[in-house]
Amino acid sequence: MRELIRKLVGTHGPSGVEDQIRAVIRAEVEPLADELRVDPLGSLVVRKRGGGGGQRILLDAHMDEIGVMVTYVDEKGFVRFTRIGGVNPLNCVGGRVAFADGTVGVIAVEEKREDTKKVPRFEQLYIDVGATSGDDCPVGVGDAAVFVRPFLAQGTRLISKAMDDRIGCAVLVETLRRLEHTPHDVYFVFSVQEETTLSGARTSTYGIEPDLAIAVDVTGTGDTPECRPMAVKLGQGPAVKVQDRGMIAHPLVRDLLVRRAKEANVPYQLEVLEYGTTNAAAMQLVRAGVPSGCLSIPCRYIHTPSEMVDEEDVEHSVQLLLEVLQAA
Amino acid sequence: MILKALLLKALSEAVGVSGDEGSVRAVVIEAVREHVDELKVDALGNVLVFKRGTDEPSASPESGGQRLRVMLDAHMDEIGLMVVGHDSDGFLRVRAVGGIDPRLLPGTLLQVGPERIPGVIGVKPIHLLEEGEGQKVPQLKDLVVDIGAASKDEASKLAPLGTYAAFATQFREIGPTVSGKAFDDRAGCAVLVELLKGDRFGFDLHAAFTVQEEVGLRGARVAAYAIAPDCAFALEGTIADDIPKDKDASPTTALGKGPAITVMDRSFIADRRLVRLLTDTARELKIPYQFKQPGIGGTDAGALHLARQGVPSVTVAVPCRYIHSPVALLSMDDFENTVQLMRQALSRITWRTLRRN
Repeated sequence: MRELIRKLVGTHGPSGVEDQIRAVIRAEVEPLADELRVDPLGSLVVRKRGGGGGQRILLDAHMDEIGVMVTYVDEKGFVRFTRIGGVNPLNCVGGRVAFADGTVGVIAVEEKREDTKKVPRFEQLYIDVGATSGDDCPVGVGDAAVFVRPFLAQGTRLISKAMDDRIGCAVLVETLRRLEHTPHDVYFVFSVQEETTLSGARTSTYGIEPDLAIAVDVTGTGDTPECRPMAVKLGQGPAVKVQDRGMIAHPLVRDLLVRRAKEANVPYQLEVLEYGTTNAAAMQLVRAGVPSGCLSIPCRYIHTPSEMVDEEDVEHSVQLLLEVLQAA
Repeated sequence: MILKALLLKALSEAVGVSGDEGSVRAVVIEAVREHVDELKVDALGNVLVFKRGTDEPSASPESGGQRLRVMLDAHMDEIGLMVVGHDSDGFLRVRAVGGIDPRLLPGTLLQVGPERIPGVIGVKPIHLLEEGEGQKVPQLKDLVVDIGAASKDEASKLAPLGTYAAFATQFREIGPTVSGKAFDDRAGCAVLVELLKGDRFGFDLHAAFTVQEEVGLRGARVAAYAIAPDCAFALEGTIADDIPKDKDASPTTALGKGPAITVMDRSFIADRRLVRLLTDTARELKIPYQFKQPGIGGTDAGALHLARQGVPSVTVAVPCRYIHSPVALLSMDDFENTVQLMRQALSRITWRTLRRN
């Protein structure tokens, strides 16, 4: 599974430009799928038929990642940009970004600022792709780039850019691989445009009309120095969401996850997230409403280029989903 | 005045603050009635029209034997004010409907209510300003609208609670440009009318002149649900801020440089295949175009792309200086090029355009 994770986090896929990551995931899941389609906004929908008597279950992980988009190229070839999703300028300076064609740029900050002690604003940052003029600049307005940072495994900790939410994608792919029998009709959705507007999950859910939906995504932790208080810790098992800023998990879904975890002795934690939300917030409102919940993989430093998860939590997430799907 | 400017003039001078678009709807219906196969007004007040395509239902695998359904959208509503109270001396208290900029309000002329009662936003004469007062922007809650009423009673009879007020700006030509109110989005409405007036396209054309964009993209949401299109284009009048600045920085768009194509704004990310269709068409036919600076603003496409199973969408806009103010300014060349780019791009669109690699 580590190689799968390495491959997924290393692939380019900012919100709205998910072609490359979709192709990589598609190659992994196509041999395992009973049906496969790409829906109108670009989400990849994989169906695994059930043995009968079960429900229609949707598992979602978003394949897009945060990034930056070119807004302007000046006459010297320096690139101004805006963010795609929740990027913080604090994590930008000195970092590198890669465009779809492989072009890499360095993010730098204007030196003449009024208050150099303050976190710079996006307008004060620029990308240097090594161009000497606007004419020879290899990127243009509207081109999108993602952060560059190599995948690292150290002990049981896995560190990379785009763990949010390629780790969820990896959990879905692995669950599909190991799924032997299920009474349920299971739809694995690798959705687009979560980081900006939760658009892909919402529209895919409309097409699938599930009885139950579970988003598999990262969540924050409360186990780092001087962090906001939160009961979730890295390495203590996947987190079953109770609520976040966008939704209250449906009690049936929450209780189902907890019950299966207890029965199978899979470690788990309960999660109340006081900031942020996931695709479950959009999925629960589709059509006449969908009972929705979220299985979260604890992750430190979300939306930085070095997001950290624990390999045990990832493995336990797969085990818990298999328990949910294989039981009647 | 050239003919197309006459249409824009009629649309611009019609009054239609969000939720009260009836006068604009009447102008739109009059302008398109002769040129479409079906026309209806839906439950929220959107004008939905249909113009059948000429293609044989396609045999391509994506088509399912259906003709492609393309949706074009422009919103009819404009920003404005609503009466929320009456002072004892006959002044009106108002709140904003949509994104009103308080810097622009004192001394502004208004038309109030269905009878278009003239009004003016009260302003303290410069002679009476206290020290430092001139540097502050008065907020809307502290401003009053004067319609010449002498008492609370008279004011509440002339303009009861809930009465709308709109800017009172006449349409004018200024050299090669025109100025007027509500170019956001009457410019888009005028482009859409021009597209409907022309020859049929190959695909089935569904157009929506929508309500309540300025207060949350509400009309577009239900229009797209009803139409269930295969792809959608939002037509807009967008921000041009090519006014003098002290530093080389990106303008959002610039006047005279052609239609502005949105790649990403705060409400949605445009479909890359539709962006490519537009830019390829523009380059081949030498129609000028520009990208709107990504990350700014929001349009009906933010609602259109979420309809049902999702709708690949893009926004194309006529650059307008000073939008969301009492008077905006646009170039008729940009307007004409927007119509041309849309017409030419639409004439090339097929199921193949939406095929993914």
